[in-house]
Amino acid sequence: MGDAKEGSIYDSLRKNGVSRREFMKFCSLMAATLALPVSFAGKIAEALEKAERPHVVWLEFQDCAGNTESLLRSSKPNVAELILDIISLDYHETIMAPAGKQAEKSLSDVVKNYKGKYITIVEGAIPTKDGGVYCTVGGRTAQDIVKEVCGNGLATIAVGACAWDGGWPAASPNPTGAKGVKDVVSGIKLINLPGCPANVVNITGTVVHFLTFGSLPLTDSMGRPLVFYGEKIHDHCERRAHFDAGQYVRQWGDEGHRLGWCLYQMGCKGPETFKNCPTVRWNQSTNWPVGSGHGCIGCAAPRFWDTMTPFYRRLENVPGFGVDSTADKVGAGLAIATAAGLAAHRIIRATKTKGEKPEEEK
Amino acid sequence: MTERKRVYIWEVPVRLTHWVNFFSIIALSVTGIYIGNPYLHPLSESSFTMGTMRFIHLTAAYLFLMMIIIRLYWAFAGNRYANWRVFLPLKKRQRQDLGGATRYYLFMSKKPPYAAGHTMCAGAAYFVLFLMFLFQIFSGFALWSYARSVPFFHMVLGGWMLGFWNVSAIRFWHHMVMYFIWAIALVHVYLAVWLDSAEHNGLMGSIFGGYKFITGKEWE
Repeated sequence: MGDAKEGSIYDSLRKNGVSRREFMKFCSLMAATLALPVSFAGKIAEALEKAERPHVVWLEFQDCAGNTESLLRSSKPNVAELILDIISLDYHETIMAPAGKQAEKSLSDVVKNYKGKYITIVEGAIPTKDGGVYCTVGGRTAQDIVKEVCGNGLATIAVGACAWDGGWPAASPNPTGAKGVKDVVSGIKLINLPGCPANVVNITGTVVHFLTFGSLPLTDSMGRPLVFYGEKIHDHCERRAHFDAGQYVRQWGDEGHRLGWCLYQMGCKGPETFKNCPTVRWNQSTNWPVGSGHGCIGCAAPRFWDTMTPFYRRLENVPGFGVDSTADKVGAGLAIATAAGLAAHRIIRATKTKGEKPEEEK
Repeated sequence: MTERKRVYIWEVPVRLTHWVNFFSIIALSVTGIYIGNPYLHPLSESSFTMGTMRFIHLTAAYLFLMMIIIRLYWAFAGNRYANWRVFLPLKKRQRQDLGGATRYYLFMSKKPPYAAGHTMCAGAAYFVLFLMFLFQIFSGFALWSYARSVPFFHMVLGGWMLGFWNVSAIRFWHHMVMYFIWAIALVHVYLAVWLDSAEHNGLMGSIFGGYKFITGKEWE
């Protein structure tokens, strides 16, 4: 195909030696990820042949750079492909060449020159307590930066749990008043890709959806694209048959664990978590946590550090009963105590009413 | 011996809901404990233990829900012993009975409560129990709406709980309230047997046949 538009994604792909075949494979992957029919691979290809590479800035705040790590280690699409060809990544503290004032200049340049046209990707939570002093970049608070950069852009993608609802930094007692993008900036086009980290296939899928259809994917009530977060992990898990059969791992490394049985009893949060992990997977789609024998920790669920812990148990601990008290132990104790109380009551009754006849028969 | 009158107290819907609830609570508890903590080990490769347990749990849950609806309706349509008023100590006479029955249970008085229907103590306890039943229904369907999120009535029945409460806390209390219900059931049976022997009114038999033998000094 020789008629690719100058400066388009496909054009730059070609210049970087990506073959037509590889390009179409990528388009098919994206169509599959977005749950579109096969015929849409062609539509995506068409769109990417014409579309200009979108300018993207990547902001990092209270985070562990885990989403960046996920991005760097991904290979489908690999990071070079993503940065060089699909998007024009103009600012990313961890991987950009400039430093200091020069780096900050590239951010302000994008905001100035491409106002209303660039996409912002936010990684990490934004502290709001005490004027937001707990996270500053180049002397400015995260709150300030996110308001300006997201507010002037075309759309924002919040990647990872932290940028979504505060994640790890917002876990109780949340000392810095950490919040997600959705609670800090209002009135912007925002897509949330929670997860710890977000899957880069989903990040790319969101961008490709935007380039193909000119709109952001449909979201659920919590601002997550339904196409990536509409299905429960449990329903697409390869261990699901073992769940229904009653075959469970009961201890790490036991027979059931070796046979790949269900991790439900080990506290797997797959039954409560909505994400496309079982289908998209990680590391070139080779595997994912449950596939490698560890339960899901529900990292794409709201406030997962507070609501999905303990990670290795089905139930929360009972407050005030020490760390090893599950609801069932306390509840069974209550039932036994009641029975014992009634037995004691019966004995007292027997001694008190000994030899007495019911009132009416006296 | 005091003269006794045979009086029809518990109508069919009251007895029906009582016994269906009795069996469904046992089924829900047995299967519910398995679902929370699968205590059976699989016997064969082709077992379907969790699937069957969940099926029974769900079926019993729907049955239980129907019984609660019937009983709620009967609190307005049934006789005076089934009426909603016997569950709330709104009248002075009821509050006196509440105190009297409590004193009797704590050996502070030797006068049995002598109620034709529920004693006020029982009525108040059943009101709390009824709230627990409602909580179990709503929290159960909230958890179920995770598995089947679409149908409207799951949202009406309990899915709304997810709007302000996280699923772990809902599951936690779904477990805890089951034990509270067990505790109330134990006390309920204990007191029923006791009052039957103390008042000689055929109380234990009345939940099967509906009739009690009362002396006329009961309050109503």
